[in-house]
Amino acid sequence: MRRSLVFMLMGLFVLGAVGLGAEVNVMHGWPGEQAPAFEKIVEAFEAENPDIDVVVEIVGRDRPAILATRLAAGNPPDLTPHPWIGLMKQWADAGQIVDLSGLVDTADINPALIPIGEYNSGLYGLFIFPNVKSLIWYNPKVFAAKGYEVPTTWYQLLALSEKIVADGGVPLSIGLESGAASGWPGTDWIEDIMLRTAGANVYDKWVNHEIPWTDPRVKLAFETFGNLFDKGYVFGGPIGALTTNFGDAADPLFLDPPAALMHHQATFIQGFFNDHFAGLVAGEDYNIFPLPTITPKATPDGSVPLLVSGDVVTVFNNRPEVIKFAQFLTSETAANIWSTELGELSAYVNADPMGFTDPITRKAQEMLMNATVSRFDGSDLMPGEIGTGAFWSGVLDYISGISLDTVLQTIEAAAEEAY
Amino acid sequence: MIFKRFIARSPLHLTIFIFAAIWLIPTLGLLITSFRDPANIAGTGWWTVFPKLFSGGQYSLENYIGVLRGEGLARSFLNSLIISVPATAISTFVASFAAFGFAWMHFGGRKVLFMLVVGLMVIPLQMTFIPILPIYSKLKLAGTFPGIWLAHTAYGLPLTTYLVHNFMAGIPKDLFDSASIDGASPLMTFWRIVIPISVPALASVFIFQFLWIWNDLLVALVYLSAKPNVAPVTVTIANLVTNRGQDWELLTAAAFVSMALPLVVFFSLQRYFVRGILAGSVKG
Amino acid sequence: MLYTGRWRSWLFVGPALLLIAFFLVYPTIMTIARSFFGRGTSMFGPTVEFAGIKNWTYVFTNKVMLTALRNNALWAVLFTTCTVGFGLILAVLLDRVKYEKIVKSIIFIPAAISMVGASVIWKFVYAYRPINMDQIGILNALVVGFGGQPVGWLIERPWINNICLIVVGIWMWTGFCMVILSAAYKNIPKQLLEAARIDGANEWRVFRNVILPLLAPTAAVVATTMVVQVLKIFDIIFVMTNGNFSTEVIANRMYKEMFNFFNYGRASAIAVVLLILITPFMIFNIRRFARQEGGRQ
Repeated sequence: MRRSLVFMLMGLFVLGAVGLGAEVNVMHGWPGEQAPAFEKIVEAFEAENPDIDVVVEIVGRDRPAILATRLAAGNPPDLTPHPWIGLMKQWADAGQIVDLSGLVDTADINPALIPIGEYNSGLYGLFIFPNVKSLIWYNPKVFAAKGYEVPTTWYQLLALSEKIVADGGVPLSIGLESGAASGWPGTDWIEDIMLRTAGANVYDKWVNHEIPWTDPRVKLAFETFGNLFDKGYVFGGPIGALTTNFGDAADPLFLDPPAALMHHQATFIQGFFNDHFAGLVAGEDYNIFPLPTITPKATPDGSVPLLVSGDVVTVFNNRPEVIKFAQFLTSETAANIWSTELGELSAYVNADPMGFTDPITRKAQEMLMNATVSRFDGSDLMPGEIGTGAFWSGVLDYISGISLDTVLQTIEAAAEEAY
Repeated sequence: MIFKRFIARSPLHLTIFIFAAIWLIPTLGLLITSFRDPANIAGTGWWTVFPKLFSGGQYSLENYIGVLRGEGLARSFLNSLIISVPATAISTFVASFAAFGFAWMHFGGRKVLFMLVVGLMVIPLQMTFIPILPIYSKLKLAGTFPGIWLAHTAYGLPLTTYLVHNFMAGIPKDLFDSASIDGASPLMTFWRIVIPISVPALASVFIFQFLWIWNDLLVALVYLSAKPNVAPVTVTIANLVTNRGQDWELLTAAAFVSMALPLVVFFSLQRYFVRGILAGSVKG
Repeated sequence: MLYTGRWRSWLFVGPALLLIAFFLVYPTIMTIARSFFGRGTSMFGPTVEFAGIKNWTYVFTNKVMLTALRNNALWAVLFTTCTVGFGLILAVLLDRVKYEKIVKSIIFIPAAISMVGASVIWKFVYAYRPINMDQIGILNALVVGFGGQPVGWLIERPWINNICLIVVGIWMWTGFCMVILSAAYKNIPKQLLEAARIDGANEWRVFRNVILPLLAPTAAVVATTMVVQVLKIFDIIFVMTNGNFSTEVIANRMYKEMFNFFNYGRASAIAVVLLILITPFMIFNIRRFARQEGGRQ
């Protein structure tokens, strides 16, 4: 009886292994709120290409680790959208990914975003879903009711926070928890602050480890972030930030009464809190303003630097159907689905901000297209040990009370090995 | 009279009660939460249901439906079965042959080899992946069910062989004497005499291995991947923990779905389990 | 011994030995060798350089590694003492009550649950909400109920969070120890205990002077099994904190070095350290077993 069971199961497996038609294997890590949007894109592609079957594999944590294992085993997915430029470069060096120049037409991608996927005169990543990170989300109704004004400089932001505290409220909500990736929202804060206190050129040096982590300018950026906790501006204090999941960190703004009034996060958070609260109206119940400038010298042209991130599509296996799907991901159709479903931005070259019905996304898209100073997320550019390791845990250690000098020295020691 | 005795022994009962409570409450919390809706979970603790424990309206199967259909847990459940049952069967099979060989057959290096087999229990699994995987991919086994069946069998061999051997070594010799007089070959003796006697031990090893494989996360992740058509329940839930970290309504329902089968297996086959572990280990 | 047909013996043990050679022996040898080479993601490729004892120095001097070693020591002591200790206490106490079977099942249930499942359960128990919101984690609810401030159980370092993780392990494994010790306990001839009691010894004395010595061999085996388990402990830390906030353990470091940082040299060195730590306990178990076997010849 057991034997027949085994054969039955093996039969099942054989059936499963014999695929029908061409198959494209995609691995992504988009969480529950964003995965359905990607499904819609897949459906649109399959509708246009009925003979190609796209199989989606969602890996929530340690995706670089899984990819490394699969590469070593010789069976990586066909392609994967990801934000890890540093890793992409490593893969390119090892000859594990496909140089897409000449294979894919990049005409549909916003020219300012194409270079991010380029390396060593090859094209290894197609920029598809950008995120603007330097945003503060706030509740305009509450601001109006309490007579708060949107700050345009850092000092105004601090003054506003003081006022909120004096009125008995809590200015900021910060959520650092993210399972294995905990700490990354803090790195966004620090990168944004670096751009505003030390300037874009120093930022580049920092990301490339041309200045050490113990440099006073880096220290200042960390301290400016930590200062928010010291002054008691953060909801739940350090423990609150450390235990709140990033996806829930905007929620305090929409409680009644609000438990916090401002939240620093990229455009994607809109999908999250709209999932948790029904009936919020963009522009009325929530709005955004860019994180203000801090040191005028660091931003000489007066404009607000923009921290950008996003996903690039990297291809592992060069097959016609795979290339076709990669091309489709850069298309206007895909970009539109993503934007409409999630209120996300578009990397489409001719994206029309006015085409966005959602005023928030429109605003962010305009920021993206008009920014004079923009930089890609630092931790995604750094090598894995730092960008997804030491930097993240450094933030956690610092906020949970370890001395900043110790934290920076630890990261620096790891950086010396990694670069 | 019985009552008096009960009171006299109340410290005993109290101690036991405290232990039982600590052990039960976390799981109870999980169970109750899996039936509540997200707003309730986020707003109030699960213990607040107790005053109105049996009034309907606050419970729903939403979470379970969501997790089985929406998050693909139903398919994962099937995958877990496809992984666990054959792997456990093969594992028990190979281990019982080996255990018999080590217990009752004479060949050079028998003792040393057996100690090696058992000693290999120390190997941490992570250490083995990278050397093996390239070979696996050449053999086209990576990402396949037979691939993971072999892997689980091998990883479980040290312990399963040890347990079965423990039992088989204790079989009285006279049982074999009558068989060899009849001229039976080792294979026939094994099949006709030893296996039937060893059923309790084999059953317990089967359960042990089944639970281990069903609950495994790492081996599945590495050898199979997280593709929905092969991912077992553990992989799906681990993903949920990362992606929906604070969506307790989903996590609790999913966790309970993953626990259901092992608990059923355990409860219905308890006696084999306990008997099997002990066979031999208590004599010492 | 029964049969001496050699080729027939190999038929029986052959498959097992082949599988073990491929899946366990070969990788171990490769890993030991690899630990003397540098970082990189291949076993022995052109980009991998000889590194001598560099990786080994790292393992024993790097701060994070030392934290991991410290934590494993903490786990080894606390986890083993409690699982075996509680298992023993429960085995003895439960023998005296009628509802023994039910409670035994309750204690054993966690053993059937996957680590991931257990992590969900206990993450929920340890949940934190700021003081002005309702608590949803039972531990903080108790603390607040008694007038205290909610605690970030998995964040407070260095002892509270580690102990909280160890509690999860104890919760899962005590049942296992209890079952084995219970069977051993029931094997003690009742007359022995009766004789001691008649002689005037109180319960504690009986326990100390009669029960413990008789159970010692079994307890030793159970304890060493637990220690081996705990030195390799991975899943609980991986899912609940991923080693953050000073909760790192050796097995998790190895996973990270291998899969997140792509430094196979270091990962191999860490793996070998794990091996070295576990080996004495395995030798103990095997020796005991050999003594048993010797009696059987």
